[in-house]
Amino acid sequence: MLVSILRQGDFLIASIHTALDDSELLRFQHDVVAHIGEHRSRGVIIDVAALDVLDSFGCRSLRDLAQIARLRGATTAIVGIQPDVAFAIVQLGMDVDLHTALDLEEGLRLLEHLTTGQRGGRSTLGVLGDMP
Amino acid sequence: MTTNVPPAASAAERAYADEHAKLLPELVAHLREHRTELREEWSTRITAAHLLAAMTPQEVTSETISVYDNYVEVLETGSVQALQRYAQDLSERIIPRGVETHEVVGIVLLLRDVLARSLFKKYQQDFGLLNRVLDAYEPAANRIANTVAVSFVDERERVIRQQQDAIRELSTPVLQVRERLLILPIIGVLDNQRASQLTEQLLHGIRTHRAKVVVIDITGVADVDEPVANHLVRTVDASRLMGASVIITGLSSEIAQTLVMIGVDLSKMNTIGDLQGGIEEAERLLGFKVTKSEEN
Repeated sequence: MLVSILRQGDFLIASIHTALDDSELLRFQHDVVAHIGEHRSRGVIIDVAALDVLDSFGCRSLRDLAQIARLRGATTAIVGIQPDVAFAIVQLGMDVDLHTALDLEEGLRLLEHLTTGQRGGRSTLGVLGDMP
Repeated sequence: MTTNVPPAASAAERAYADEHAKLLPELVAHLREHRTELREEWSTRITAAHLLAAMTPQEVTSETISVYDNYVEVLETGSVQALQRYAQDLSERIIPRGVETHEVVGIVLLLRDVLARSLFKKYQQDFGLLNRVLDAYEPAANRIANTVAVSFVDERERVIRQQQDAIRELSTPVLQVRERLLILPIIGVLDNQRASQLTEQLLHGIRTHRAKVVVIDITGVADVDEPVANHLVRTVDASRLMGASVIITGLSSEIAQTLVMIGVDLSKMNTIGDLQGGIEEAERLLGFKVTKSEEN
């Protein structure tokens, strides 16, 4: 199993367990978005703690996923980015305007904080930066 | 050095080598015979040249005796190993006293000159013989000077490396001051290498301490150049990706001016004047409230 997408209350927890290639990433993106619609989720947590590397495509996919999720009314938080991955991402100059948290627990708390006061699972926050 | 004549050497060369082999022992005997006066002559010249001023006359005397004997021994055996050991040991002793490279090289060259002069004097009657004696003497003497200088410089470099390691170990402490709050005091010069080391330690620190807020205090940093400033910005971004927000404190007016002049994008940076303000802001972010107790 490469990924898992679990429902936790109003949130989705999508974990990537191993390095994904480009087509697997796109499929993952598609699956997450489908789950958001199905469960009417208010927030999505993407756990990348198992990834030692994240290339520019992976990074862009995550950003795209967050933007797509926002259009579908859910806020996205990326959790568990490894130190080396974090620095590689900024080193590559990838402008990632995402919500991030240390781990799953923190991510849940962050999403709770970001989505309180919303009703019906519809996000009204300007979560992401300007769309390219 | 007299034995490694290739087998194909011509008869003339072999004869020359044989004479060479005879000359060196003669040379060594001469230097042993006049040991005291030559050494004193050397000491006088060291004093006249104001070398080894950091050492007492007694120390200079005992060191010159050792160096002289080692020198003659190298001429005799052709092996610099013992000298190398001695030079290393000497360097270890005198470097902390502030003896400079030029002094060490200077005294060895002086000894070479003193000995060469004594050879001139001894063989002044026979110019051809003098020439051959010098042929035997000069390569060995140069090799000795070389060995001593290299040993001294090696020792210095070893000390420098050791100190660099020590600085590296000490330079970037990541300290937890409250639950989920780290501070990173940076003191001294921030170069590229230190900056990347700092980033690495900080990011790993964030994970191990589960930090939410990090205060980087750069009061002790005199200057920041563009690559380092950009590196700092990237460090802040990377920390954010790991879920920690960074507060930078203690930007001196010079650094602040530099950063604005070189156009580093600081819009995403949270900066606060001093460390105290930074910690207070961090506590606010974390929801701590520090109150003075009533009794005091």
